[in-house]
Amino acid sequence: MVAGVSKPPIHPRRVALFVTCLVDLFRPSIGFAAVKLLEEAGCTVEVPPLQVCCGQPAYNSGDRATTRAIAAQVIDAFEGYEAVVAPSGSCGGMLAHHYPGLFDDDPAMKARAANLAARSHELMSFLVDVLGVTSVAARYDDAVTYHDSCSGLRELGVKQQPRRLLGSVQGLTLREMATPEVCCGFGGTFCVKYPDISNAMVGEKSADVASSGAGTLLAGDLGCLMNMAGKLQREGSAVKVRHVAEVLADMGSLPAIGEAEGRR
Amino acid sequence: MQSTARDFKHNAGAALADANLQDSLAKLKVGFSERRRQAAERLPEFEALRDAARDIKNHALAHLDFYLEEFERKVTALGGHVHWAPTAEDARRIITELCRSVGARTIAKSKSMISEEIGINAHLEAAGIAPIETDLGEYIIQLRHEPPSHIIAPAVHLTKDQVAGTFVEHHGPLGFTRRLTERQDLVAEARHVLRQKFLDADVGLTGANFLVAETGSSMLVTNEGNADLSNTLPKMHIVLASIEKVIPTLEDAAVLLRVLARSATGQESSTYTTINTGPRRTGDLDGPAHYHVVILDNGRSSVLGTEMQDMLRCIRCGACMNHCPVYGAIGGHAYGWVYPGPIGSVLTPQLIGVEEASNLPNASTFCGRCESVCPVRIPLPGLMRHWREREFERHLTPKGVRQGLALWGFLARRPKLYRRVTGWANRVLALFGRGEGRYASLPLAAGWTRFRDFPAPPAGGTFHAQWARHGGARTRP
Repeated sequence: MVAGVSKPPIHPRRVALFVTCLVDLFRPSIGFAAVKLLEEAGCTVEVPPLQVCCGQPAYNSGDRATTRAIAAQVIDAFEGYEAVVAPSGSCGGMLAHHYPGLFDDDPAMKARAANLAARSHELMSFLVDVLGVTSVAARYDDAVTYHDSCSGLRELGVKQQPRRLLGSVQGLTLREMATPEVCCGFGGTFCVKYPDISNAMVGEKSADVASSGAGTLLAGDLGCLMNMAGKLQREGSAVKVRHVAEVLADMGSLPAIGEAEGRR
Repeated sequence: MQSTARDFKHNAGAALADANLQDSLAKLKVGFSERRRQAAERLPEFEALRDAARDIKNHALAHLDFYLEEFERKVTALGGHVHWAPTAEDARRIITELCRSVGARTIAKSKSMISEEIGINAHLEAAGIAPIETDLGEYIIQLRHEPPSHIIAPAVHLTKDQVAGTFVEHHGPLGFTRRLTERQDLVAEARHVLRQKFLDADVGLTGANFLVAETGSSMLVTNEGNADLSNTLPKMHIVLASIEKVIPTLEDAAVLLRVLARSATGQESSTYTTINTGPRRTGDLDGPAHYHVVILDNGRSSVLGTEMQDMLRCIRCGACMNHCPVYGAIGGHAYGWVYPGPIGSVLTPQLIGVEEASNLPNASTFCGRCESVCPVRIPLPGLMRHWREREFERHLTPKGVRQGLALWGFLARRPKLYRRVTGWANRVLALFGRGEGRYASLPLAAGWTRFRDFPAPPAGGTFHAQWARHGGARTRP
């Protein structure tokens, strides 16, 4: 048994990591943190090479044909794995909730999409709800606040799972915001299509982060994290922004999001 | 009402810069959602009631023709009249003719969003008939010549001090010259001024929360009691409602009322619930001699049986806007037409055309908070997405967005090419961002970097490049 997992899972699982396009491009450490957490929980992790993106940019822009093409590609790439895990509630929710509805006119594809949906999980809920992980071996000496990203919270019920695991991180204290469940204003393409409104929303979020008194802001979705980190840094805030998986995987000494390497 | 939905972005910018509006919105955001949360928590069966409410509305919509005809039959049997208005123009004409038939000079109006939808006030004024809004919020905005900014709190965009200023300006000539500072004093003054208007009115025009097919009743909830004066004092009562307001029974109404008030204001029940069933009967102490119900379609029936039908379940509680972070940032006027917030972003394209309202279903992060509080579980983000799909099909999506999507879609369907492109982008962004760890400005990303820094990726390559490099590419056997 690997240190840090309070009880060994009964069966090691063959898990496919859905890296997500943002993590792949902008913050690979989140993917490696996810691999570490899953392996420590007894899983065998594989990264299917033909994955790209879950299709949300097309889906939420009304381009259903492209969405279906990408979804079919994802369904192919992740066939046969016991579980598909994404370090993102937004991409996880896309796979777990939205794919089957894309194929209402194609029963065979709909069945495959439903099969994938049933195997798809967001990382925190997979660790806690499926694998029964209750603690991790990690240390992080700071007060943190946790933003509940919308899709994870409302589509997948991710709320207590990350908090529960954070509770086992040594040196860490959790200071809740007044409204951790209010959207940060990212919304994928929303933030560049309606920058003024998005800015007002993320401005409120950064004020809420500040009043929590926490030195670190965590969340489970890189899109939201980049949005909030970018705003906090533009405002000159010293709050560090990280993905929750990085802290749980004891990778909290990496430069924070938007922080130069070699600085701490 | 004239739409400015086309100017949504401009409207939103102005709203964000309006300090009074931002003051008002700050209070709304906390107040409504907290009261709704507490009300829902106090009622253990609240979630089950939401399911029941959804099912009642779905059933009524599935048999809408039957229940509407049943409603008409009952109203007629009671001595009232039902008028069918396929369009807003029909509804305006019918109401104006009814008012003329009793020689009306003033009419007392109780709050009705449908009356805003058909723009009845301007039409009546042009016909020489003075409509007087009697809901306090509606009264305030009528004095100010503004449209409502919220479906249950029409003047929620105003501060108390702005209301005081409006009253001094309009009540001054009636002898009320003191600028008031207390909320209850403002209410008392409006009540005093309005009392005579109720007594003078020839016609009462109200909306309806529900039309009950079983009994031919129209039901109305208010917190001010103004509807009761509007429909009992004048000699004619006109109910203006849209087709989807009909429900089968009074028992169904009881279920819907229980979720309505809690979702809207956090009350267990609205202060006044009025059931109007026909004109005054022999021996009744009060009530109108003439009772008319004008039932408006205005494009709604074309939604029946389509993927958009769920929007017709709406019972107009306002919870979606109270919980919407976009509404909370810009208020109701920015949406540019009668119905703001998430439900407005779904209804408005249907009612005035998706070309005019194309921005509305796009101006959402799909955070899903609206759906999570909707008492009849309307899948609001899903319906907004359907509108986006229709816009895309009809090439209404902005050209830049379409081109960007096309390029991205081309790459996303070619994983190997995608890897090369992202590998290159990752290296460039990491290289030039390594000094600060972020970008204060980036070409092609001005929408982002105008307000935020853009985090640079750390050196080392994409996840997939690193995974392959470290021999981790343990693909399935």
